[in-house]
Amino acid sequence: MGDYSAETISHIDRDYIADLLKRGERVDGRKFDMYRPLEIELNPVAAKAEGSAIVRLGGTTVIAGVKVLVGEPYSDNPNEGVVMVTAELAPIASPLFELGPPRENAIELARVVDRGVRESETIDVKQLCIEEGKRVYMVFADVYTLEYDGNLIDASSMAVNAALLTTEYDEMKVEDKDVVATGKKLKLPVQNMAIEHTVSKIGDHIVIDPVLKEEFVQDCRLTMAIDDSEKFTALQKGGGSGPMPMSQIDEAMDIALARSKEIRKAIRDAVASGSE
Amino acid sequence: MSPDDKPDNLINAEGLRVDGRRPDELRPVEMKVGVLKQADGSASIRQGNTYILAAVYGPRELHPRHLTLNDRAYLRVVYRMATFSVPDRKRPAPSRREREISMVIANALEPALFLEEFPRAVVDVFIQVIQADGGTRCASINAASLALADAGIPMRTLVPSVAVGKAQGTLLLDLGDAEDKYGEGDIPLATLPPQDDITLLQQDGHFTKEELLEAIEMGVTACKYMHELQKEALKQAYAKRRPADDAEVDDEDDDDYEDDLETDLGESDLEEE
Repeated sequence: MGDYSAETISHIDRDYIADLLKRGERVDGRKFDMYRPLEIELNPVAAKAEGSAIVRLGGTTVIAGVKVLVGEPYSDNPNEGVVMVTAELAPIASPLFELGPPRENAIELARVVDRGVRESETIDVKQLCIEEGKRVYMVFADVYTLEYDGNLIDASSMAVNAALLTTEYDEMKVEDKDVVATGKKLKLPVQNMAIEHTVSKIGDHIVIDPVLKEEFVQDCRLTMAIDDSEKFTALQKGGGSGPMPMSQIDEAMDIALARSKEIRKAIRDAVASGSE
Repeated sequence: MSPDDKPDNLINAEGLRVDGRRPDELRPVEMKVGVLKQADGSASIRQGNTYILAAVYGPRELHPRHLTLNDRAYLRVVYRMATFSVPDRKRPAPSRREREISMVIANALEPALFLEEFPRAVVDVFIQVIQADGGTRCASINAASLALADAGIPMRTLVPSVAVGKAQGTLLLDLGDAEDKYGEGDIPLATLPPQDDITLLQQDGHFTKEELLEAIEMGVTACKYMHELQKEALKQAYAKRRPADDAEVDDEDDDDYEDDLETDLGESDLEEE
């Protein structure tokens, strides 16, 4: 029963993956610069969440849900709304995930996805202000992992962006110090989109969208958020302490840039066809 | 931030409920088995707007070890709600409500399982509420028992579950959110067919003894129907996997799938002939 409960991988598997890469092949037959098939299901939580999306990237599945609440702004940005991304490695998703408070990897996932959204200024937070210094919209995008077969960061980033694009929430106004709904529905002020692209470094090779087995044998991974203007808005080297030479970082950036446009388009197309 | 949408009447002049159901009518139920590939067994349930996923891992090694039971496997049930499953955002940390529901679900399922076959091990049942619209603990039990069967855990029976409630003095089957919130009571229950012994029984609200007995009777009858739906869902999952379908499935590193194939051989052979 697919038990990887100890995070170990046999030398046989390790050598097998390395040999394949040497011949230009991967465990699932993909090219080094190809993503797995991407499926986007919109609004699975239509009755309760303001926005939601399920993303299936090969055998990895995540769900993102958006809640829009009214709260107080941070004192250093009194006229700006708040956008926050969290992620949970729910034990439902993998024999590797354990019960209990979030560990380093769950926190890293949430922070990296959050950084992609925040640094690209995906949401124009100035438009989320209801009453300066007192009331703003707070946008929470929460990610739950449902099936883990590698590359949670990219899948989560895609799900969060798709969920944000589908989000519709009640417009609120202040009436005699109370916040009441105006009855109008608003779309989030989405002005940019940055998707995270993750590559694994395995020896001399760089592969995008690693599956679980590749993550097991990787020296490290490099995650790059790329936005609509093809600019990099966030980087994260993680998934192991293996060092990465400059030449491989260069190669990784090229692979990510080559794929970023079509992934952003796939998400926008899915949202456009879903709202027809 | 959804507006307070309390209906004036939970039952209208024609005797129908807010969503148009008769008092003894279930919401549309859709159960699917084998929906999560990483798990040893899994199932989903949609019941009205309630949407829940359940996954089973095990029997496997138990951590932390101090929970070990020497004569049987430990059944660990974890019921969790997604932050976005409810109108206001639920705080991410597990609540006392989630812990209690996890426990009563475990108690509802345990009598159906031959846990004594796996001493010192753990059978993990993880339940994720994706969308909550009333009746989540009952829907969780329905899905979890299918996931246990899908994982091949030896069982005496599947465990069906429904809630019965009351509004304006009338007993109602399978409460929706509004009926739960504004009604006069709620009785979730689960049974072990075919004897229909009761493994989950809770109640809130106000009921006379007669009402309670009638409500339980109504629930037990509905559980029989739910049990049929469960069996159907289980058959669907296994009967449809013929060799031709399997060829299309990505068969890389999926050990569960091998197990499924073996259990299926008899049936698919028959259909080939």
